[in-house]
Amino acid sequence: MNGKRELWPRAAQTDRWTLLVAGVALLLALPVCTVFFTALQPASEVWRHLVDTVLADYVLNSMVLMLGVGLGTLIIGVPTAWLTGVCEFPGRRWFEWALLLPMAIPAYIIAYTYTGLLDFAGPVQSVLRETFGWSRQDYAFPEIRSLPGAVLMLALVLYPYVYLLARAAFLEQSAAVLEVSRSLGAGPWRRFLTVTLPLARPALIAGMSLVQMEALADYGAVQYFGISTFTTGIFRVWFGMNDATAAAQLAALLLLFVFTLLVLERLSRQQARFHHTGQRTQRPPRLQLPSRLKWLAASACMMPLLFGFLIPAGQLAAWTWRTAPQVIDGRFLELARHSLLLAGGSALLILLLALLLGYGQRLRPRPSVRLAVRGAGLGYAVPGTVLAIGVMLPFAAIDRTVDGWAREWLGLSTGLLLSGTLFALLFAYSARFLPAALHSVEAGLTRIRPSMDDAARVLGAKPREVLWRVHIPILRSSLLTALLLVFVDVLKELPATLILRPFNFNTLAVRTYELASDERLADSASFALAIVLAGIGPVILLSRAISHARPGHDALS
Amino acid sequence: MSNPSKSHTLLSTVCGLLITLLTAPALAGSEVNIYSARKEDLIKPLLDDFSKQTGITVNLVTGKEAELLQRLQSEGINSPADLLLTSDAGRLAAAHHAGVLQTTPSKLLEKNIPAAYRDPEGYWYGLSVRARPILYAKDRVKPAELSTYEDLAASRWKGKICVRSSDSIYNQSLVAGMIAHHGEAKTETWAKGLVANFARSPKGGDRDQIKAIAAGECDLALANTYYLGGMINSSDQAEQEAAAQVAVFWPDTKTTGVHVNVSGAGVTAHAKNRDNAVKLLEFLAGDQAQHWYASVNNEYPVNPAIPPSATLKAWGEFKADTLNVAKLGELNADAVKLMDRAGWK
Repeated sequence: MNGKRELWPRAAQTDRWTLLVAGVALLLALPVCTVFFTALQPASEVWRHLVDTVLADYVLNSMVLMLGVGLGTLIIGVPTAWLTGVCEFPGRRWFEWALLLPMAIPAYIIAYTYTGLLDFAGPVQSVLRETFGWSRQDYAFPEIRSLPGAVLMLALVLYPYVYLLARAAFLEQSAAVLEVSRSLGAGPWRRFLTVTLPLARPALIAGMSLVQMEALADYGAVQYFGISTFTTGIFRVWFGMNDATAAAQLAALLLLFVFTLLVLERLSRQQARFHHTGQRTQRPPRLQLPSRLKWLAASACMMPLLFGFLIPAGQLAAWTWRTAPQVIDGRFLELARHSLLLAGGSALLILLLALLLGYGQRLRPRPSVRLAVRGAGLGYAVPGTVLAIGVMLPFAAIDRTVDGWAREWLGLSTGLLLSGTLFALLFAYSARFLPAALHSVEAGLTRIRPSMDDAARVLGAKPREVLWRVHIPILRSSLLTALLLVFVDVLKELPATLILRPFNFNTLAVRTYELASDERLADSASFALAIVLAGIGPVILLSRAISHARPGHDALS
Repeated sequence: MSNPSKSHTLLSTVCGLLITLLTAPALAGSEVNIYSARKEDLIKPLLDDFSKQTGITVNLVTGKEAELLQRLQSEGINSPADLLLTSDAGRLAAAHHAGVLQTTPSKLLEKNIPAAYRDPEGYWYGLSVRARPILYAKDRVKPAELSTYEDLAASRWKGKICVRSSDSIYNQSLVAGMIAHHGEAKTETWAKGLVANFARSPKGGDRDQIKAIAAGECDLALANTYYLGGMINSSDQAEQEAAAQVAVFWPDTKTTGVHVNVSGAGVTAHAKNRDNAVKLLEFLAGDQAQHWYASVNNEYPVNPAIPPSATLKAWGEFKADTLNVAKLGELNADAVKLMDRAGWK
């Protein structure tokens, strides 16, 4: 190679990568930027009112929700991930994928079903009253429609995020590390606390911050439970008080909150930049639990599955049994097709975007690139409606500009090119769910030691070969995890779909919402159940693929 | 990921769909496009009938009102929507103020729809009426003890009242109506008294309040009549039983009348199919559609010549508030702030 050739492409490449990654990231940050831009307008007198009356409630409730759900998902997700990841007990293979099932249940649906079961008029309390002859004053029953109730509901359907990422991390851990710690005399407890957990920390924190963002953005469940949070406040100010600016300012405040969270997460990850050094090819033997503990492990895994899936899905199935003949017609298949197409298409698209940004950051670790990627990652914490409007406004502005130009110069109208199209919808999904994929991809990338690249290059592999023969096999489980997360998220997504979709285009989630918001819960059950069923297939397939991607199974060996 | 040909077909299908959806409205002949805040179930059967009778294709997007209005506004002159359908008069008034509606005077619409239920200049028309009376436990409350909304703030109802959150547009409209009649100061005192009488912190929807009465958690509730109607005609035994324990009381019959709101529609300012949109409006205000509204969703027809459904008839006649429903929209923001101050969650 002569000097000229080497110098020139290198400089150009640098620019191309940086530009591409920063460009894509900024584009995806467009909705969030729109929110900030709107928020820059002068504050109205509504703020005075908010500060005087409800703002403290919004902040406090949102904080409790975020911390509570974060903690709850760790408590449920980490032990189950460890048990199914490294131990052997009855039903372990089955629990591996079954524990993911709660994520297919939208948060507002689990809130509805538990209310139906547990409130004063529900079957549980009625049976108690009948059995013991109690009346209203004779007993105290915890109220499900409360802040702790909301924390519980959200934790039950969100813990799979932590479980997934944690389990992938536990599976990646090599036998050597664990054996070394064992040979140094550490017992199972100590090994778990001092080796396994710290090694998995980046993944755990990534999972928890995803969960916390989802909790902050939740609208349906908290609204039904009558809890004032930032999200319900945004809608109240916007639609009730008709003040879009103040709503955007509230949303911006929420985003700052999240940004702080993300920076903290980043800092904690930087301190804990572990790369495995063990032989990846060796599969650690599963920990054989003594028989007493075996059944304890099985019941520990059964609990979240029971409360997060079997009970709510059972209630949905019971309702479906009764109402399906009236509500299911020829349109059902069309709804399912639309949902699956959107979820599948956007999962692939978002995975590609996440890979692009993830690698961009790895190859060009500059503050500017990092900042742009963080900006693109904020969408996850924005309530879906706010994000959708953040897509709608700039797209409409582009349409207007192009149309105005065409009218002036060509004498014809181009009409709406972006607004009200599936493209707008896919864009909104990308802006919203990118972080789900990105966190997973990044967690995967941290597991690839930089020295592996060097080793492969020294052995004569071209960069592309390094990607296909080293990175992709190592990343496989992370990529599949990302696909699954986005697929299920899009399947459940409601607000953006509702606002941005084209004419005569409905999905299962839209149909579920329409019936549920009309307080026809039983009628909505068939469609909610269809969402759950549509999510189960990919959950099983991907979970299989993830366990096969375990060291000792993957192509690297 | 592992199967490139599969993702390829998926991508091309998505692209195909995209192109079809982009071009379809432009190619079609006689059509009308609707942005509807009424749920698909509560409007689609009527639209299908309309298409059958007139040969006009109807394209529908449903959504929440404020968001549809936002979409309409941001799309501007290129908006494909011809008709904006909402389930709340306040939103129609807001749409009118935002300049996204046009006036469509029609003799037929004026004849069928009373003046309180439409815009004076014909920018929008109400299509169905819902009422928000007091519901009470048959076994614990005598109707003679009830009189007005204002009376619900009296201390004898302490711990007896259930009502949903003030996030609900139904409560916001009700309070806006109170402000219009009694002024802000008096309404705020009333709201504080009402909040002090709550049996529990507000939660759930209207049906949940009715169920709470049936379960003995409270004696009185505020709820829209069609929810009670829906429960009476529900396929769920438990809902039927709960509804059977609850009765309707029409408040304020000697004074301002029962709080009502309408669902309605207006033709958009940049409608490309204006005539078809007006035809559809007239169809929706016509006898057949009005009968359907009354029977399927247990709402009151706007057209006084059309009898309400049997379920509604059983609750007796009532005097409705004659305040123009547009006023409710104007006062909505004030109502929300007032409820914040009163501590109505």
